[in-house]
Order: sequence, then C-alpha cells, then structure tokens
Amino acid sequence: MTTAPKDNTQQAVIQAKDLRVEYRINREWLTAVNGVNLAIYPLEIHGLVGESGSGKSTLALSMMNYMADNARIGSGQVLLDGQDIAPLSSQQMRAIWGKKMSLVPQDALASLNPSYTIREQIAEVTQQHMGMAKDEAYAYAVEMLARVKIADPEAVARSYPHELSGGMQQRVMIAMALSTEPRFLVLDEPTTALDVTTQAVILDLFRELILNNQAAALYVSHDLGTVAQLCDRVTVLYGGEIMESASVTELYAQPLHPYTVGLLNSLPRHHDGTNTRLSTIKGVAPSLQQRSKVCVFADRCPVAIDICRAEKPPLETTPDGRTVRCFRWQEIANNELDLSPPEERVTETSDEADRELLQANSLSKAFGNSDLLDRLLGRAKEPLQAVDDVSFSMKTHSTLGLVGESGSGKTTLARSIVALIKADSGQIELYDEPIALDLEKRPQDVLSELQMVFQNPNDALNPYHSIGQTLKRTINKLTSKNMTDEQVAARVEDLLQAVRLPADYAGRYPSELSGGEKQRVAIARAFAANPSLVVADEPTSSLDVSVQAVILNLLKDLRAREGASYLLISHDLDVIAYLADEIAVMYLGEIVEIGPTEAVYNLPSHPYTEALISAIPEPDPTSGKQRILLEGDVPSARDLPQGCRFHTRCPRKIGAICENEAPPLRDASDGHVIRCHIPIDELVALQSQPPVAAGEGK
Amino acid sequence: MTQTQPQTDVTPKRVSRPFYKRALASAGDFLRQLARRPLSFIGLMLVIGFILMAIFAPIIAPFAFDQISTGPRSSPPSIDNLFGTDRLGRDVFSRVVWGSREIIVIPGIATAIAVFFGAGLGMMTGFYGGWIDEVISRAFDSLLAIPAMVLALVMLATIGPSAVGIVIVIVLLYTPIITRVVRSATLNVRSLGYVEAARLRGESTFYIVTREILPGVLPALVVEAALRFSYAIFLTASLGFLGLGVQPPSPDWGRMVSEARNNYTRTPWEMVYPAAAIAVLVVGVNLMADGLRRIFRYEGQER
Repeated sequence: MTTAPKDNTQQAVIQAKDLRVEYRINREWLTAVNGVNLAIYPLEIHGLVGESGSGKSTLALSMMNYMADNARIGSGQVLLDGQDIAPLSSQQMRAIWGKKMSLVPQDALASLNPSYTIREQIAEVTQQHMGMAKDEAYAYAVEMLARVKIADPEAVARSYPHELSGGMQQRVMIAMALSTEPRFLVLDEPTTALDVTTQAVILDLFRELILNNQAAALYVSHDLGTVAQLCDRVTVLYGGEIMESASVTELYAQPLHPYTVGLLNSLPRHHDGTNTRLSTIKGVAPSLQQRSKVCVFADRCPVAIDICRAEKPPLETTPDGRTVRCFRWQEIANNELDLSPPEERVTETSDEADRELLQANSLSKAFGNSDLLDRLLGRAKEPLQAVDDVSFSMKTHSTLGLVGESGSGKTTLARSIVALIKADSGQIELYDEPIALDLEKRPQDVLSELQMVFQNPNDALNPYHSIGQTLKRTINKLTSKNMTDEQVAARVEDLLQAVRLPADYAGRYPSELSGGEKQRVAIARAFAANPSLVVADEPTSSLDVSVQAVILNLLKDLRAREGASYLLISHDLDVIAYLADEIAVMYLGEIVEIGPTEAVYNLPSHPYTEALISAIPEPDPTSGKQRILLEGDVPSARDLPQGCRFHTRCPRKIGAICENEAPPLRDASDGHVIRCHIPIDELVALQSQPPVAAGEGK
Repeated sequence: MTQTQPQTDVTPKRVSRPFYKRALASAGDFLRQLARRPLSFIGLMLVIGFILMAIFAPIIAPFAFDQISTGPRSSPPSIDNLFGTDRLGRDVFSRVVWGSREIIVIPGIATAIAVFFGAGLGMMTGFYGGWIDEVISRAFDSLLAIPAMVLALVMLATIGPSAVGIVIVIVLLYTPIITRVVRSATLNVRSLGYVEAARLRGESTFYIVTREILPGVLPALVVEAALRFSYAIFLTASLGFLGLGVQPPSPDWGRMVSEARNNYTRTPWEMVYPAAAIAVLVVGVNLMADGLRRIFRYEGQER
C-alpha cells in the first residue's frame, strides 16, 4: 500500500472549508453536513465512511457542487484547485462537471442511457469537453475501454448497457469518468452492487487508474474492508460532522473516536470463532431534526461523560497530524478506556443429541422463462439451470452457510427447500421422512418446521397489518391451535422480547419501524412457528454494519434459545463464517465445496473458494493479502460450460480434462468435499504458492 | 446521475395508520387531505353537489321531467324557467336536474360491476400467473384492440338500446382495463416477502388475496375506479347523443344535446345547459380522481 503524499505545501485538488449543506424539509432548512473541513491532495484516495444517514453522500456530492433540488450549500467554500466553486450556478458548473470532476455512481445501469451504445455515451463526454470529432471520440472511447481492462473493447463499445454484466457496466462508468482526465473523482459506493470477486477487480482498477491519471478521489463507502484496501486517508462522518480523520494505517491501527471503534468492532471476522458475539453500537443514527448542539454521538457513545452532553467537542488536531472530535480522545489513545468488544460467550444449550434434520437429494430446478406465444411458435428459449443435482444434509442445532456469486443458484436452492419454488426433481427428507416438494401439499406441521427470513426487511412485513397481528396470525396458524387469546398475546410479548423489541411494538405498523427493527420482527415471525430450520436469505445485506452486528448477534442467541438450525445464504463469507458450522460453496448451480467452516477457510480449497476468500477486503490496511483476481463474468446458466463449470475462469486449470470431463468429488478430510480434477495433495501444494496469471486459455 | 435524498435508518416519529383505516376512522382527515389541494377539493364538491342533486331531484326540480307546457315553447331562460324551455315547452332546468340521476346511476352501477370483476380477475391472473393469466390477458388484449365506441355501437345495436344495455357495454369495456391495472399492481405485491411469508404459513389463496394483497392493490384500484367512472359518464352521454341511450321521454343529457343541436342558433339554452352539466360533472370526477391519486401516492412513499 502506498502512503499518501503528506507534503502540505502542495495545493489540495479539492478542499471543503467550513462546509455546511442544508436540506429544505417541511419548509425548514435542516443541516445535513455541518462545518466540514476536508482536503484531498493529488494522487490521494480519500475514504469517507459512516452509516446511512451520516451525510456522506450529501457531502461527497456537495464537493462537486451537485445537489438535490431541495439542498443548498448554507455556508463555507469548496475550492477546486484554489477556486471556490460553491457560488457557481449549475449552468456554470456544467463546464466543470465531467471535465475537471466526475462521478462513478453506485448503480451503473441506472446511470447509463439504455438507448445509446457505450461508445456514443463516452464520446458524448469527450466531444463536449475536449472538442473531439466524432470519429476521434469513438476511437478514444475504445482506447478508454481497453484501459479499464475490458477484454474486447471494440465489441463492448458497440453494445448497449443492458447487454453487459454489472461489473462490465461499472467499468464503463469508470472509463467514462476518466475519459476527460478529471482532477477529482467521486466514487459513490461504486462496488456495493457487485460480487466480491468483481469488486476485487474493480478496486484494483481504481488504484491503478487514479494514480496514472494524477487525480484525487473521494471514495464513499459503508464498507470498512474496501476502504482499508483502497484508500490513503479516511474520514469518519457521523451526524453530518467529521468524527475523525487520519491516514488509513493509523486509523485502523488505533482509532481515536468511540464511533470508529464501534464500527470496526461490529465487523464479523472469520477467526473470531463461533462462540463470541459482535460488539454493537446501541441506538440508531439521529435524523436531521434530532441533531443537537452537543456531541452528536453522545447518545450512542459507551464512554460519554457529562461534558459530552453539555457541549459540542471541537475538532482537535493531534500531535501526529490526525484530527478527531472527541473530548476523551487522549484517554482512548492511551488505552485508558475500555472499548474492546465484550467477550460474552453464548452457551449453546442442547439437551437432546444431534440427529439428522434435513436431507436434500439430487435437487434440480430449471427456469423455463418462455411464455405461451413463444412456445406455440416453437421459439422456446434454453431453460436456465439454476440448481443442478444438488445434495446435502444438515443436523439439528447446526448452521449451514451457502455462499456464491449472484447467479450461483444459492437462493433458488434455499427457496426450493421451503418450497416457495417447486423443485423439478429430487427428494427432501425432514427428520428422515420424505416431504413434498410442492408447498400446497405440505401439511401444517411440516410448514411450521421450515420458516424463512427474507432479504429485504422493507417488504417482509405487510404495511397494513400491525406487528402484533402479523405475529399472532403465525402463532394461531402454525402452533398449537387451542391456545387462548391470553396465551397468544403472551407468546407475542415473549417473541418481541426475544428479538429485543419493547412489548408496545405489537401495536405499531411497519412504517413506524426502522429497517433493522423490521428485520427483527421478520425474525420473530419466523420463530413464532417454533421451526426446526430457519432459512435466512441474505438477512443483513441491506443493513448498515452496526445494525448487521445486532441482527447477527440476535440470530446467534435465538439459535441457542429456540434450538433451531439455520440455512444461511450470503454473498459475504465473513457473515457466513460468523454463524455457520458448515459452509457450502455454490457455483453455477452446483456445490463445488462443502465442509466444516474451518476446513473450508483453510487449505486445501476449491480454486473458486480460494478466489472468493482472497477477494474479501480485510478491514486491515496492513494485511497485504495476495488476491486472486477472477477474469471474466459468470457464464450464463442457459449455456453451461462443458466439463468443469468453473474452467472458464479457473486460475488453476490443469488442461483439457477440465474442459471435457465433469470433475469428481474428492474427500479432503472428514466431511470436507471438493469437486475438482486436481487431487487433494496437489491442491495443497499448489495453494501454498502464489497463483499463476488468471484466465489463461479462455 | 441520481440525486440523493438524506437517508436515515431512523424510526419515523410520525404515527401513521393504513390509509383505509384512517379514511374510515376519520373521514374528516381524509377530506382535509383532499381539501389541502384546492382543485381536488373543488372536484369533490362538484361530485357531491351532483349526487345531492340526483337524490333531491323531486325537491329541486320545479317540474316533472316530462311535463310539457311549463311555459311558452322554446322560451329563453327566465324566472319561471331558469334554463328556458324546449320545443315542447318542457322545463330545461328540471330535465337537467332529473337527468343527473341516470347519468350518475348508470355509470355508477356499471363501474362498480366492472371494478368488482376487474379486481377479482386482475388479482387472480396476477397471483396465479401461468395459463390462466395467459388466456385471460390475451383475450382481454384482443377486446381492447377494438375501438370502444365501435364495440359499444355494435353491441347496443344488437341487444337494443336500454339502461341495462349500457351497463353491459360499460362493464365489458372497462373490466379488461381494470383487470390490467389490478394485475400489474398484484404482480408487484405478489413476490414481496410478506406474501411469501403468508404462503409459508399455509394460508389459503382467498386469505392471501383478500388480506395480504388487496390492501396493497386498493390505492391503484380506487384511483382507477374514479377515473373509469368519469369515462363511463362520458360514454353514457355519448351513447345518449347517438340515440343509443335511455329512450324518451326520460331525460338524458346526451340526447338533450343531440335533439337541441339542430336549433342551437335559435335556442342555444336547450343545448348549452345539458352540455355544461356533462362537462362540469366529468371535470369534477377527474379532479377528484387526480386528488385521490396524489394522496395515495403520498401514502405509498411512506412505506
């Protein structure tokens, strides 16, 4: 990792001075960003982190003087190469946007015009700002696409946005943003929507391209892992104010603000072992209306003292040039305050011996996706084989984690277990009894054993039913039918307590709850049926890290309390490893590796698992981990590769056998199975050395 | 580029109840929401005014609708005959007042039936999908491909012009449209977590459709019903104008316009008042529908 140039005689590319940004809400101007000073020097990538609602996107966009209609810069300056751009109108900014500063947004597809080809859209920028002729601009667009390492830039230049994968679209956005060689780039959560393998490739690109372009960048993210990998300096934002700002190595090694400490401690890390709990930050971020004249973090701070609730702490500069806004930073720096995560241990109580809970044999599911007219005209499309002949088994009181990139079939597999999707073939056995693949044919007692927690908490609860109604309905429907109303009400209270919500929430409606609270109710609803197995489909992926920690702890506690098992789906291996006893890695509808968590994390691994694990951005800038970058995209499940499905991207491909023959299942150790042509001992030998260049022989 | 709004993971402080409960619990609050948008409020007042006029026609109208020689024939508006008289000496004001009954009742009943069928079929096709959806949707698509007026004329010519005939025509014309709107609203709701959770606890299809899906579809349905009502009024008036509406002597605004149009230079009042009544009523219903849409869209954003 390179260190940021600390030469302060150099002029900052972009600098915010006492910047205040306000939103007009209900005829009142509310402050979203308050008194921010931030300077970014050439060749620097500056990370901006914070929970949702912290004002980080508002700050980033206001540094481009680009704001929502109801927002304004209340006071302060934004200096671009020394010139104040804050007073400029959007008319005047148009000469600067796209030329001197550009934006790589979170959702690339929404930012690309679907009715123009890629080269037309890139050329539009260069024609506008660099006065290029059309032919010149087209040729330059291809050149730019090649610079973001697109394998076939000519073909991509002629395609339309929807023809490209998410990772490819994001590369196009980067090419477009860099095409005018801007001085300043805002990267607004540019990899949040991407798979971890694609994210690794894109992050590497950013580093290289920004350095080559002599630019400065502001990287906005909620993900402390990617920030550690990419950035030189980090600013932590909370409640619209800077809490702390430091170089990335200093900040991760010794955070000085309790909020930063809390954020870092709430990240799940696989080496924690499965019996610890994540530390959490209590409470939720304040809304614009609630921001106070005192320390904005005081209400959630574990070490707040009287002065924190009486005065606003100043932004102080430490002797080594860091800035921090906390009255007690010196105590934190001297390790006089205990901010370490609690070493609480969850005791898993199980009176009964573990037995076989669920067995899936040869489950397959293909999606036809052709409508009546197509079928009548004989134009039916190739079926999409989402899950292909998958078998696995689970014991009681265990957690199986399913990981894989999008399109790996993990969600389809989980949904066919609970029968929201009817599998085409295969058997499912629950406690050694075969159960129907069809939801309508499952009796009530089977339904109550298998429940689900959904990905998006915002649509998991019916907005027209109160929390109490939702829980009562499940209890009445699926558990003992001769419960009295009082018993049902008591059970509702018990469930709410189990998910740490006050009893009066029973009378509330989902619109009155925050995202994390809704997800807790959704979890309570799943447990209302007294299930043996809860399928959780990305239960935390739409939540902030601090909220994610709360939910993960809760899932862990409930497993012990209710004696249930989980089938946990996530694209985030760290989340899986925090909860799971066993991990199954899926690729293109197949399980390529399954085994106990530690065995899957350690060598030997399937080459795909190896790449997945190496792609996880560690929240530790000094880790210096060797990353394996996977070339290309996941092939279409309509047209599966012959032989080993992973051979098109495999960095450890051994030859023609991978292209022609389906790999065997190899036993690596007890219960640890790898689907690969390479024998286990050779895998061990190979994986102790750095990998060869990826994507050869594609 | 997208614009950003301040996002928060904060519990909303304002307490809100589902819109229909609130609407039932306090109609006043609902009216206040409408009243906050002056145009919608005017629309609502106009619609209420016409409904009151229809209910109290015997009190408001000074004469029966078919009473002839209420004054001199074809006389201009006067104290005795507010809107003048027609060529038979019938009081135009009384006929407009009495006519409001048919122009509200016929499209009202027809719209209600169309909404009932449209909601049922829309939720069914949207929820089940598969071949039921394909067959019904394609059949309705072909029905919608025929121009409404042509279809109406052919059907009324076949079954004969009558109030029942008009109701049948409107139901046939509008059921497919409402079905489509409800179907797409249902498709949006069907794959949401709370519907899947209901399926996982073994709820019957009837429960899922009426308790889980219907509340989510209701805003779209109410707005669509109000819009369809205004179109139905217009269609009824048009059919009356073409002589395919309710037969004489009952007063029909459309037919009154049609009968008066030959003499409109000499007796413009015969035509202007019923025509204005049609226009004002349709505009009123439309303004109200627009207000409903805005209120429900606002509610929708809250979720």
